[in-house]
Formats: sequence, structure tokens, C-alpha cells
Amino acid sequence: MNAVSIAVALAYLLAAVGFVVALHLMNSPATARKGSRLSWLGMIVAVAAALTSIIHDDTITTTGWVVLSVGAVGGAAVGLVMARRVKMTAVPQVVSIFNAVGGGAAALVAVGDFVRLTGGAGISSRVMIATVLDVIVGPVTFSGSLIAAGKLQGWVSSRPVVFPGARLITAALTVVGLGAGCYLLVGHDSTAMLILVVCAALAFGVTMTMPIGGADMPVVVALLNSFTGIAVAIAGFVIDNGGLIIGGALVGASGGILTVLMAQAMNRSVVSVMLGGFGTGDSGPATGPAALGAGASIRRISAEDAAIQLAYASKVIIVPGYGLAAAQAQHEAAELAAMLSEHATVFFAIHPVAGRMPGHMNVLLAEANVPYTDLKEMDAANPEFPTADVALVVGANDVTNPAARRPGNPVSGMPILNVDQAKSVIVIKRSMGHGYAGIDNELYIEPKTGMFFSDAKSGLAEIIASVKALVAS
Amino acid sequence: MTTGLMSDIYLFVLAILVGYEVITKVPSTLHTPLMSASNAIHGIVIVGAFVTASQARTDTGYALAFVAAFFAGMNVVGGYGLTDRMLQMFRKRPEPPAHDGTGELS
Repeated sequence: MNAVSIAVALAYLLAAVGFVVALHLMNSPATARKGSRLSWLGMIVAVAAALTSIIHDDTITTTGWVVLSVGAVGGAAVGLVMARRVKMTAVPQVVSIFNAVGGGAAALVAVGDFVRLTGGAGISSRVMIATVLDVIVGPVTFSGSLIAAGKLQGWVSSRPVVFPGARLITAALTVVGLGAGCYLLVGHDSTAMLILVVCAALAFGVTMTMPIGGADMPVVVALLNSFTGIAVAIAGFVIDNGGLIIGGALVGASGGILTVLMAQAMNRSVVSVMLGGFGTGDSGPATGPAALGAGASIRRISAEDAAIQLAYASKVIIVPGYGLAAAQAQHEAAELAAMLSEHATVFFAIHPVAGRMPGHMNVLLAEANVPYTDLKEMDAANPEFPTADVALVVGANDVTNPAARRPGNPVSGMPILNVDQAKSVIVIKRSMGHGYAGIDNELYIEPKTGMFFSDAKSGLAEIIASVKALVAS
Repeated sequence: MTTGLMSDIYLFVLAILVGYEVITKVPSTLHTPLMSASNAIHGIVIVGAFVTASQARTDTGYALAFVAAFFAGMNVVGGYGLTDRMLQMFRKRPEPPAHDGTGELS
């Protein structure tokens, strides 16, 4: 090991330390930005080390330099524009696309290594194992993430797309991919077989993601994030680079944790999400009148009624849900909260799966200038409900259903916000339609609950106007 | 060769454990920026694209290196750009307007 390769190896270590400390700093909104910058510094160190290494080795051709610099700079420009322009509601799509390209790049690194070695000195079994794994995980991530992004953007139906024989095709692709992979592993370095594996994996990514419903997207995006990390780590095994292994493993762990957390918060197992066919598209559940049993009645209220309740409350908890994100009503919600907080304690109680990816609702509200101190997690918010005068539920359904505390129904055991413990409840909702779990929400028939049927955005705007009128008079 | 593989496996397993420890402490408020930040970290694959480009000798090799570099560049710059943009929106309650009754609305 000469001086340069030692320096390069130490630089990768430094970068890895930077990533770990950066992730540690993400444990509070106050330090998170510092963490993100530290991580960026780590990345610059890693890139500088890689550059130093290839300059020192001097094996790269002029064409190689051109290809590398034009590619990297071009990609960076596209990435920068996407990151700058994306609306906060569209963040899940963009994260999915970055997952896709990360997984794709990892697979290409493995393929490039294979193409270079094949027909020459031969490929050691260790490199071959890693290569085969990478050309399976990478392309699955690539196509799966693109389909997920398409579903989130609305270019691909967000309904579970299931057709007869779909499972059979998925199974066949698995057999073909694994078969061709094994053929490579037993010592045949056949390019045709490698291409076959890549194609089977790409198709598998599509058939895996298509049957998954729009509401399951937080789980899927987290899972694909984890896959990308694993693909990058395996690419590290292929080219024997510790930086890639550590970076990839950190992301694999992060995505894995989020996948499990999201699945728990939705009361579903990761396996059942992946099997798909569950849930509906964005506009789906609004069909069919609710059948809350005979005798059950709901109390309808108007914007003025809601405004009076809110204006005289001294503690208000706002519970935003998917309906708020879908109606893009975060600015109205923030405005109402700011207005009420002049005379009352107001904060937002946020369920982990509110929005379209883990933690998405917090970003939407932060963008609408809600201070993060007013964004409370479920565990912090729940003890506050019994002392709240009004809980204002905007476009959230299943996550407020008290039936979750009883066994024997689809939401049993699901972690919920204890909205029913508030002294009074206002629900803004378009209709009595069901949520994702497809059952009635018992919260709505409680005598203390007032239902204000409206779109989240216009409903909040009406309430704001009414509160203003009250305060002015 | 075998020692190299073993130390790579050690790295991989330990990094997963470290990641698990660190990330379970991240509050759900920050899960979206966390995912974006981890997205940016897997942009480290750009180092792999460098290696691929440095070893390419054939047209196929160059094509693969080009696409890998493009994807990785997009991943790394986009990931950090988006994370920073989101995190700068997370701010504390502004201190001055804490005085009650100074609001113009009332």
C-alpha cells in the first residue's frame, strides 16, 4: 500500500464518519441542517478521494475522462434542477426517482465490471456473486422506483393494477432471473445470461410495484430506498470499495427501519403490502354512503359553528391527514393555526403515515411556515387530547378511529391519535366515505363530534373567514 | 482475497448496526428529510461510476460508465439539494411576535 492509496482509504473512512455523524444530527430539527451539510462535506471528500485515486493510478483513458465528466456534470445539473423546482407535495416522486437512478447506477457499475472482466482473466467467484446480486437488486429498484414515482405523479394508475396471471408472470420472472443468475454463478461468464438477468429483474420491478395501491406508497417508497442502499453496498463488494459498502449499508438500514415503522403505523405487514391488490386510488374511498348502523346519527355543522367553537377554545389540536395533503390545504391550515394561536394554545398532531411518504405532512406544514415546535408526533400529542377544547380533524380518517382499541376489526391494534378524548371534535371531510381500511369511523357518531362536509381547502378558508368575522365584531 | 471479502462483510454488517442505532433516534417529524438525506448518501455510488469510467476500454464500457456517471451525479446533487431545501423550512417559532395583543388582527 503506497502513501496515496492509504490517504484515499482514510478519506473514505472520513467520509463514512461524516455520514454517520450527519445521520446522528438528524435526531432534531435544530441540528438537522448542520448534519446535512456535514454529509455533503463527507461526499465531497469521498469524490475527491476517488478522483485522486484514478489520477494516481493513471489507467483512465481520455475518452474515459470525457465520458465521466460529461455524464456526472450533466446528471448533476438535472438533479439540481429537480431538487430546486420540485413542489413539496411532489417530494415523494422525486425521492423515488433518486432511488431509481441510485439503484440503476449501482447495477451499471456491476455490469461495467463484468463487461471489463469477461473473456479475459475470468471473474473470481466472490466478484461474480456480488455482480449477480447487484444486477438483480439494482434493476428491481430502478424499474420499481420509476413505477412508484409514476403512481405518485399520477402517470401510472395509483389503483392496484392486478390482472389474471400477474402473479404467474412474477413467479416466472423470478425463476428466469434466479436460473440465469445461478448459471453465471457456476462459472459461465456469459454476457447474454447477464442481460437476461437484468431484463428479468427490470420486469420483476414493474410487476412487483404495479399491484400496490396508492395508499401503501409510504411503505413502498421506504422499501425501495432500502433496496437502493443494499444495491449500492453490493456494488461496493464488486469493486471492493469500503465507502460504497458503508454508505449503502447505512441507507439500507434507514430504509428498512422506515419500512417497518410505516407498515406498523398502517396496521399492515410488509409482506401484505408487497403482495398488493389492497386499497384504492386517490379518489377511491369517497364512494358509497356510510352504513354506520341504524339509529346512528351524525351532527352536521356549518363553517360558522366551527368558527365559534374554535374562537372560544383555549386549546386546539389540529389533526391533518391525507385529505389535507391531497387538497393542498397546508397553507390554510397554517393560517388558521396562526390566527387561533393569538388567543389559544394550538398545535398539530401528526400521525406517522399522514401524507404520501414517511413524515411528509411535517414538510408540507413546515413549508407553510408552521414552526416545528408546533408539529407534535403521535406519542407526544396523545396525552394532550383530554385537555383540548377542540380537536380539528382535517382529512384524516382511519388514524382517528377509536375502534382501533377494540379487537376484531380491520383497524384493530393500529396506533391512532386519541381524538375522541378531546372535549369536542370538528371533522372536515368531503363525505361520509370510508378511509383506507374500508370501515366506518365511530368518531363521527359521537355526540360531541360535529361534521363539516367540505373539501379541506375551501372548508378551512370558510372557517378562517368566519373566525375573522367573529374576532372583528 | 478471502480476507478482503471478510473485512467487506464485517464493514457491511457493522454499518447496518450503526445505521440502525442512529436512525431509530430520528423523530418522525424528520422522516422525509431523513429519507432524502439517506438518498443523498447512496449517491456515494458516484465513486463506483468513477472506477467504472477509469477502467473502461470499449464502447460498451464507455456507454455504461456514462450512464452510471449521469445517474450517480443526478442522485448525489439532487439528493443533497432537496434535503437542504426541506431542512431550511424547519424553523423555530419566531421569538418577537410572542407578545400577546400586538397582532394587527385583533
